Amino acid sequence: MKTIFKETLRAVMATLVLAVILCGIYPVVIYGIGQLLFPHQANGSLIESNDRRIVGSEWLGQNFTSAKYFHPRPSAAGSGYDASNSSGTNLGPTSQKLIDAVKAAVAQYRTENNLPADALVPADAVTSSASGLDPHISVQNAQLQVARVSKVRGLSIDAVKAAVDKATDGPSLGIFGEAGVNVLKLNLALDNLATK
Amino acid sequence: MNISGWIQLILFTSILLAITKPLGLFLIQVLDANGKTFLDPVIKPLEKLTYKLTGVDPKKEHDWKQYATAMLLFSLVSMLFTYVILRLQAVLPLNPQKMGVIIEHLAFNTAASFTTNTNWQSYGGESTMSYLSQMVALALHNFVSAAVGIGIAAALVRGIARHTAKTIGNFWVDLVRSTYYLLLPICLVFAIFLISQGMIQNFKPYDTASLADPYTIQVAKVDDAGNAVNGPDGKPVMVDKTIDTQTIVQGPMASQIAIKMLGTNGGGYTNANAAHPYENPTPLSNFLQMLAIFAIPSGLTYYLGRMVKNQGHGWAVWAAMFVIFLGGVLVCWHYEAAGNPILTQFGVDPAGGNMEGKEVRFGIFNSALFATITTDASCGAVNAMHDSFTPLGGLVPLLNIELGEIIFGGVGAGLYGILIFIIIAVFIAGLMVGRTPEFLGKKIEPYDIKMASLVILVLAFSILGFSAWACMSKWGLPDPVTHQLTDGTNNNGPHGFTEILYAYSSCTGNNGSAFAGIGTNTPWYNTTLGFATLFGRFAMIVPILALAGSLARKKRVPESAGTFPAHGPLFTLLLVGTILIVGALTFFPALALGPIVEHFLMHAGKLF
Repeated sequence: MKTIFKETLRAVMATLVLAVILCGIYPVVIYGIGQLLFPHQANGSLIESNDRRIVGSEWLGQNFTSAKYFHPRPSAAGSGYDASNSSGTNLGPTSQKLIDAVKAAVAQYRTENNLPADALVPADAVTSSASGLDPHISVQNAQLQVARVSKVRGLSIDAVKAAVDKATDGPSLGIFGEAGVNVLKLNLALDNLATK
Repeated sequence: MNISGWIQLILFTSILLAITKPLGLFLIQVLDANGKTFLDPVIKPLEKLTYKLTGVDPKKEHDWKQYATAMLLFSLVSMLFTYVILRLQAVLPLNPQKMGVIIEHLAFNTAASFTTNTNWQSYGGESTMSYLSQMVALALHNFVSAAVGIGIAAALVRGIARHTAKTIGNFWVDLVRSTYYLLLPICLVFAIFLISQGMIQNFKPYDTASLADPYTIQVAKVDDAGNAVNGPDGKPVMVDKTIDTQTIVQGPMASQIAIKMLGTNGGGYTNANAAHPYENPTPLSNFLQMLAIFAIPSGLTYYLGRMVKNQGHGWAVWAAMFVIFLGGVLVCWHYEAAGNPILTQFGVDPAGGNMEGKEVRFGIFNSALFATITTDASCGAVNAMHDSFTPLGGLVPLLNIELGEIIFGGVGAGLYGILIFIIIAVFIAGLMVGRTPEFLGKKIEPYDIKMASLVILVLAFSILGFSAWACMSKWGLPDPVTHQLTDGTNNNGPHGFTEILYAYSSCTGNNGSAFAGIGTNTPWYNTTLGFATLFGRFAMIVPILALAGSLARKKRVPESAGTFPAHGPLFTLLLVGTILIVGALTFFPALALGPIVEHFLMHAGKLF
């Protein structure tokens, strides 16, 4: 009995000592180094407008519905791209709700981008991402939206294509992962083109 | 299944193989109370101070009962610590978003889940937890539950390596040394790397961004009291709402994510876990997070070989793990790349694969690889939603968990788990040739087999028992007519059953990933899932420590011509066979009702 009591006391002390080091000192040290070396990233990679308002984060997708903007993927985060409620649909492959949503998205995508009724639609354009905040769309998806955006904005196809290329994040180090077009960066760049 | 995927797979395997020996050698020093490491000048004083404050005599070793008592008491105390913080978070500091009280059953589930290295989450982190809860209540267990796992594995290995010995190591020394020399230094470097990739680490309140393209949604109208207003037809009245801002989550994320991956914990800072762009910003951060999951478990196989003075055994175990890992990746990758045939009918380009619930930057291959790794190990972080995988793509993570997460496995948990299968395999080999089974110079006797069988039975009993209860009870399936689950909004049919089976597999296996369409934040689910995590951890660890004690006491028997060698391809094959047969016999009927039947229904175009 005495040993149990002593071990319990030891467990309490160990919990407290480890909590101070692992949950107090360690995260604060990481905070300090992060703020010193990578302040932009550590604070959320925020993008500010010319008048210093925060307009978004490089990493968090936003909803764009107007025809003059490139459109992101469908999102299940809150009411769509709600960055305080990240989530996927979690619908399984035989879910009626999933199939209905994709069907509607395919029809809308074809109409918006003036595609023939039997055109294949890129998978990422009509499916929801895992986080609901996917900042990227596939290059193929972006290419199919170029004509619409350039027409609405009165920009040349080449100018829009150049903006798409500039907003494309390649695979990391050329090897890891997939290329993707950052929709928010692309759309903000197009807005800046227009104001110039 | 494209070339770039194959290149990444080969690269991943090569790097994993390359770090196994150096990590193993380092582990030998860390797990020896008198071990020497290059970190001694910095950490030794801290280690000594910790022993002094806690009154631990590092020279005194424990027998298995003392080891188990210390481990259980520490787990209990630290679990209570977490429970109390979660319950009090509303009045504690570091809560800029004014997160409210966490209700009892959720606090119990979360505390049990993090203490057991499971990290099942019935909540969304960014909308539930204060910075203090994340950083202290949860991240503490990310470290110590991993360290406890490593300690148990080391105790079992000592039991095998020693002979006619009473003790199997000192729990407190294993806990402190694994944390200080192994986990903390790697996390310091890894967290900084993660920040460089775009992960956040700050203490400021959430930011608000103004949208360039505001849009309108329909929401239910509420009166001043916050109740939904119904129209004359009884349906809620919908009103337009303009969304012109986006709330941007902040907080101390990088410090927690580093140990979340390295300690195979897997509990997300955010609801979307490693799929969230902040929590896994680039494919490079993704690659290193996957490597972090497997690093220590892989190193431990080398540690095993060196400790039992049979390096061939260590590599044979590594090879068995690798074979099953590779099989899982290829199956999952194949089915995810093939996509959903029903969607192809409606004009979705099949070349893209099954992108529902996946992120563009990871694509099909890295989602399949991550899903396999996170469930081979007991990590449970996800960079894609397993619930939206194709039936057989989703079968892989589920089966990985049900095999006991011994394919590299959780830190420590993987090694002690596979050692149980090794004992069973050796026993079967002994039966086949009609000799008393021997393993590395130890006779395997009825007591040892009983303990090993107990471990395997606890897994099966908890997973299948709880799943059956959930399917038969009104709490698991609230609506007997529609068979809709919990909140009645997600998946039906065989997929709904898979969600339940996956939940109890994940919790018992201490994994923590989910087929997340199932809403488990109910008193019944939180309680039963919480108990499943506790069974899956402690009802396994105690027999394993008993086994370690029993093995340590045994005399060494000299090798003879009839000894079954514990190394080489034949041993690897026997081990793989044992794992697959035990797993298949136990879980095949349940899997047939879930993902397997769903696969055929999907090809028949049947929807639910």
